[in-house]
Amino acid sequence: MAIRTEPFILNVGPQHPSTHGVFRLRVTLDGEVVVDVEPVVGYLHRGIEKLAEGRTYTQNIPFTDRLDYLASMTNNFAYVLAVEKLAQIEVPERAEYLRIIMAEMMRIASHLMAIGFFLNDLGAMMTPVLYMWREREKLLDLFEMVCGQRLTYNYMRIGGVSQDIPEEFLPALKKFVAEMPTFIDEYEWLLSQNEILLARTKGVGILPRDVAINIAASGPVLRASGVKWDIRKADPYSIYDRFDFEVPVGNVGDCYDRYWVRMQEMRQSVRILEQALEQLPGGEVYAKVPQLLRPPAGEVYGHIEAPKGELGFYLVSDNSIAPYRFHIRPPTLINLTALKDMVIGWKVADLIVTFGSMDVCLGEIDR
Amino acid sequence: MTLLEQFRLWLATILPGWEWLAYVVPAIVGIVVILGFVLTMVIVFIWYERRLLGRFQIRLGPNRLGPEGVFQPIATAVKILLKEDVVPEKGDKVLHWLAPVIVFVPVLMIFAVVPFGERAILADLNVGIVYVVAISSISVVGIYAAGWASNNKYALISALRTVAQMVSYELPLILAIVGVVLMAGSLSMTQIVASQDIPFFILQPLGFVIFFLGTLAELNRCPFDLLEADSEIVAGYHIEYSGMKFAMFYLGEYGHALAYSCIIATLFLGGWQGPLLPPIMWLVIKALVVFSTIVWIRGTLPRLRVDQLMAFAWKGLLPMAIINLFMIAAEVLWLPETMLWIMGAVNLILAAGLILMWSKLFTLGGGRVEV
Repeated sequence: MAIRTEPFILNVGPQHPSTHGVFRLRVTLDGEVVVDVEPVVGYLHRGIEKLAEGRTYTQNIPFTDRLDYLASMTNNFAYVLAVEKLAQIEVPERAEYLRIIMAEMMRIASHLMAIGFFLNDLGAMMTPVLYMWREREKLLDLFEMVCGQRLTYNYMRIGGVSQDIPEEFLPALKKFVAEMPTFIDEYEWLLSQNEILLARTKGVGILPRDVAINIAASGPVLRASGVKWDIRKADPYSIYDRFDFEVPVGNVGDCYDRYWVRMQEMRQSVRILEQALEQLPGGEVYAKVPQLLRPPAGEVYGHIEAPKGELGFYLVSDNSIAPYRFHIRPPTLINLTALKDMVIGWKVADLIVTFGSMDVCLGEIDR
Repeated sequence: MTLLEQFRLWLATILPGWEWLAYVVPAIVGIVVILGFVLTMVIVFIWYERRLLGRFQIRLGPNRLGPEGVFQPIATAVKILLKEDVVPEKGDKVLHWLAPVIVFVPVLMIFAVVPFGERAILADLNVGIVYVVAISSISVVGIYAAGWASNNKYALISALRTVAQMVSYELPLILAIVGVVLMAGSLSMTQIVASQDIPFFILQPLGFVIFFLGTLAELNRCPFDLLEADSEIVAGYHIEYSGMKFAMFYLGEYGHALAYSCIIATLFLGGWQGPLLPPIMWLVIKALVVFSTIVWIRGTLPRLRVDQLMAFAWKGLLPMAIINLFMIAAEVLWLPETMLWIMGAVNLILAAGLILMWSKLFTLGGGRVEV
C-alpha cells in the first residue's frame, strides 16, 4: 500500500547560512527532492539606479562599489568605461594599465571567495574559505595601499584613476604574483581530486549549452557550459588586446566545471598581471576632465567581463551633469534565472551546492 | 574482581547489619567518579577541538581566557546557561523537554562498561560490548523526538535523516565488532582488552577502518554530519533549542565523541594497556588520538549527500564488513594462536585489496529524480 505523501514548502532564507546575502528561495520539497523553486529577491534593494539619476557622473562612482561588493574595482571600471565611451575621453596609458591590474587582482579575489564559499556549501566547514582568505587578505592589503580602502574602493575616475600607486605597491604585487601559482596548486591539490567533492559536483546541476545561451548567461557560468565567450576576447575593451591569455572552457556545465573554470581563470589572471607588470609605462594617471562633466546627448552601453559575468552599464545623457537614465546589467541576476531548471529533481543538498556554484552577490542582484 | 566490588566487600565487613549501604555507597561513588571524568573530559575535548580546528584553519582558535584559552568552554557554558529557554509555541512541549534527556543519558551510561584500568570499571558486564551497542542506539530516539517536537521543517528533515543514517551505519559497525569479539573470544570489555597483546587494529585493519567510519556516522561527524548540515538545514534537530536544553545536546555530542573514542581505544588500540604511564592516562591518550583524527577529517572533507551516504553504507561498508567477518572467522578457526603476525599480514593485504577494489568499482553516484 502506498503511503499518502504530500510536498511541503521550505523557506531557504532570507536568513540562511548558504544564501550569500539576504536571498530567499521558496522551495517545494517532496521528502529530500526539490520539486519547485521560486527565488524571491529584493531584500537588499536600495534603488541605486534611481538615486544615480540625481547625482553627477563622478558622484555615481561610489554607488557602483556597492553593487557587487566582492568586486568593487571591476564595477568602477565598467562604469567609468561607459562614461568615457559616452563622453569620448582618452585615458592615459599608465591609467589603463593600472585599471587592468586592479581588475585582474579583483577577479582573483572574487574567485577566491566564490570557490571558498562553494566549498563551504559543500560542507567543508570553513577550512577552504580560510585558506582562500589568506590570499584574499594579501590582495586587500594591496588595494588598501592604493586607495586606502579594503572593500569599497572608489578608485577609478572618469579619465583615469584617483591617484598613482605608492612605491611599495609594485614590489608587494610582484611578490604576490610570484607566489600565487603555488597557492593555486595547493588549492587544487586539496580540492580538485577530492573523492567527495567529485561525487557531489560532477554531473550535478547541469546547465546545458543551449539553455545557457538562451538565458543570456555570462561569465564562468556560461563558459563552464562550453561556450567560449569572454568579453575580454570577444569585444576587447581598454587594452586587453595587448595581453596573451587563454579562456578556460568547461564541457558539461555542471557544478564541478564551474568550480574548475574559476580555478583556471585565476591562473590566467596571474598571467595577465605578470604581463601588465612588465609593460607598465610611466606618465600621468588622470586625463584632464572637467569637474562637472556634461557628455553630449545620446546613449551608450559599456560592458566588461566582471568576475561574475558580463557587467554592463546603459547610460542615457541629455547633456546635463547627471545621467538621464542609469541602468545596470547585473550578471548574477541573469545567471540566476537558470537556477530553477538546474535544480528540479535534485536533492535539497544539491540545490544549495548549485546555488553556491552560481556565485551570486546579492548587492548586485537587488541593487 | 573490580575495585568497586572490593570496596563493597570491605564495607560489608565494617558495617555489619547495614549490608544495603554496602551496595548503595560504591554505586554512588562510581557514578560520581564517572560523571566527574566524563564532564571534565568533555570540557577538555571541546577546548581541544576548537584549538586544533583553529590550527587546521590557519587561525588561533580561542586563546583569550586563561592560558591557551583553556577556560573558554567554561565561558561558553555560562553563556549558554544564561540564555532564555525558548519552546516553540506549536511544538510538542513534553517531547521537546524530554528529547535532550534521552540524548544525554545514554551517553553517560556507556561509560559504565568502559575499562579505565585492569580492575577500574563500573560494571564488568559479561556482555559489555552488546550493552554499548544497545545503549548508544537509544540517543537516536532522542534526536528524532527533538526533530519532531520542534515543529520545524529543517528539524524534521534532520530527524528523518538521523534515523536512516543510524540504522544503516549500525550494521557495518556491529559486524566489525563481531570480528573483534571472535578474536577476543569474549563479549566482556575487560576480556577484550586483556586479549590484545597485539592491538587489534594491526590484526584486523579493515575492521578498524569500517568501525571508525561507522563511528563517524554514529557521531554525526564530518563527512557524515548530514543531520546538522549547517549549509543546508542550518543546525538540524537542535535548531529550536536554546539554553540548557541546547547545552544537553552539546554535551551529549561531545560525550558521545568521548565515549566512542574510548570504545575505539578499547576495542582496537589496546585500551588501557601501555608502558610506564598509569592505565587511565593511556586510555585518555588513545582517545585523544582517535578524537584528533575525527577533528582532522572534519577540518578537511566536504559532506556527503543523503543518497550517497546510504549507498556508502549499504554498497560499500556492509559487503566489506561481511567479507572481513568471514575472513577473521576462518583465521580464528584454522590458524594456530602463535601465528598472529601472519594473520595481521594477511588481513592487511586483504584490507588494501578490498579498499582498492571498491574505490575502482564502486561509485557513490546517485543523482536526479524525475518529478
